[in-house]
Amino acid sequence: MTSLSDSSKIIKPRPVNERYLDNVFKWTAQIFALTIALVLIWITVQVAIAAVPAIKQFGLNFLFQSSWNPVKSEYGVWPAIYGTIVSSFIALLIAVPIGIGVALFLSEDYLPPSIQRIFVFLVELLAAIPSVVYGLWGIFVLIPFLKNFTPLKGPGMLPAALILALMVLPVIAAISRDAITNVPESLRQAAVGLGATRWEAILQIMLPAASSGIIGGVMLALGRALGETMAVTMLIGNSNKVSLSIFAPSNTISSLLTNQFAEASGMQVSALMYAALILFAITLVVNILAQVLVKRLQKI
Amino acid sequence: MTDATFNPETLKRNPTSPRTLFSLFMSGVAGLFMTMAIIPLFIILFYLLYKGISALNFQVLVQLPPPPMVEGGGFGNAILGTVIMVAIGTLISLPVGVMAAIYLSEFSRGQLASWTRFATNVLSGVPSIIVGVFAYGVLVLTFKTYSAWAGGFALAILMLPTIVRTTDEALQLVPQDVRQASTGLGANDYQTVLQIVLPAAIPAIITGVTLALARAAGETAPLIFTALFTQFWPNWDKLLAEPTASLAVLVYNFAIVPFKNQQELAWAASFILVLLVLLTSIISRLATSTRKY
Repeated sequence: MTSLSDSSKIIKPRPVNERYLDNVFKWTAQIFALTIALVLIWITVQVAIAAVPAIKQFGLNFLFQSSWNPVKSEYGVWPAIYGTIVSSFIALLIAVPIGIGVALFLSEDYLPPSIQRIFVFLVELLAAIPSVVYGLWGIFVLIPFLKNFTPLKGPGMLPAALILALMVLPVIAAISRDAITNVPESLRQAAVGLGATRWEAILQIMLPAASSGIIGGVMLALGRALGETMAVTMLIGNSNKVSLSIFAPSNTISSLLTNQFAEASGMQVSALMYAALILFAITLVVNILAQVLVKRLQKI
Repeated sequence: MTDATFNPETLKRNPTSPRTLFSLFMSGVAGLFMTMAIIPLFIILFYLLYKGISALNFQVLVQLPPPPMVEGGGFGNAILGTVIMVAIGTLISLPVGVMAAIYLSEFSRGQLASWTRFATNVLSGVPSIIVGVFAYGVLVLTFKTYSAWAGGFALAILMLPTIVRTTDEALQLVPQDVRQASTGLGANDYQTVLQIVLPAAIPAIITGVTLALARAAGETAPLIFTALFTQFWPNWDKLLAEPTASLAVLVYNFAIVPFKNQQELAWAASFILVLLVLLTSIISRLATSTRKY
């Protein structure tokens, strides 16, 4: 009995100030976590408010007008929207099959694991090279190379889309690979047990089972392509005209912003903010869809 | 009755059947796509080595950018500017990111955590140019000057998601036993986190942060109209509230001019930027592959 009363004397309740400190720490952590969501909201509000004058003046016509004339204060982003969508579309057209091919090649047992890891690393490296370096390489290597056998005269849609494809490829490859390796091995074993060849199993079992993750990866890549700035600005030619030829110079929303922002003032800033808001809204929707799809993948 | 007898020959793969050939063909296609993805990487690295190294020497690292057509010069101020802005970015994003990750992995339950992770992922998908526009609106318009602070602020927002994600993952790798042992010895929650869990996760966190730093150093779009560019060294009397040079913007500015000497500097600066990401990627690869806990 005595030992019990002794120990109850030794173990004191936690001092009040210590419990207080504990709560302060937890609350601080929580506040910082909320900061992330707040930053997202802050970006939206900031850009939207700055765009209000332009929204009031131009309304929805802004989306379909083609003239961008600071002198006359006429602004429209149709050519930029067209260029953004077309360049991203061409980039995905190239990057999706190659990206999924790479994902399959690196998830099947074609290579011994140690070599496979090196290839995975190399593909990741493609994503790590800064955008501006892709632009530099595009200007001095890719465009002169393409000029040799295409009607390309200088910067244009084609080199920009090709570089974009290269830049989003690792996104598609990495997420598709995750999705494919997450498919339960038993599904493949069942398919092979029923007599399927490797590619019958891949095309009829593995890819359909991994489809939501792969589509999520493609959406993520789309978001990347739509918002990609430096390489595209350096390669697309920055011509504010809608041209159906992929060899002609074009424009994207992000390249419009890059070229005009530093020297803009007054209504032009607001018009650029309006353009930024449109880009932000598009990428936000695409990204949220992608997140939802990728999240569903994690639940499998 | 003969139908029912088992013929083992039917289990053999026919090497010339269309199904087998198709499978082989598709394997070839996958290998071809793999090659197509990797070859551009090697071509780019080759050009960076070939054009970058030849333009690189000691004076390039310490001198100021030259005017067009003048030999010599370098980008010392751009290196300094990049270091300053990445440092500002880290000082802002590191505490916020690590605390947010501590909340996510240690204290959160349920909805708020999953929403925060969602917000982190969405934030990492925001185009860097939008972050630049945002920093321009928040700092450049308010203080009426381009500054290293605005550039650093923009970089901080870009680094934040990476830091949160890597720290969150690093903390979750620390086994639950360690936390229970700490609590069992009478430690508070904050003592457990700050003195036990965080130190255990530090190597992985440092790796993640270095990777974020290297990526931030190559970001150009958010700096173009927040920090702008300058041919000069920072004037310390202005407390960095003036246009500041950076390697990334230097590459952009010097890539689109027709002057040979400036183009060469652009290649040299690109080489440094890529070397930075290359080294940090390889080191982080090695560090995470040997990590044990």
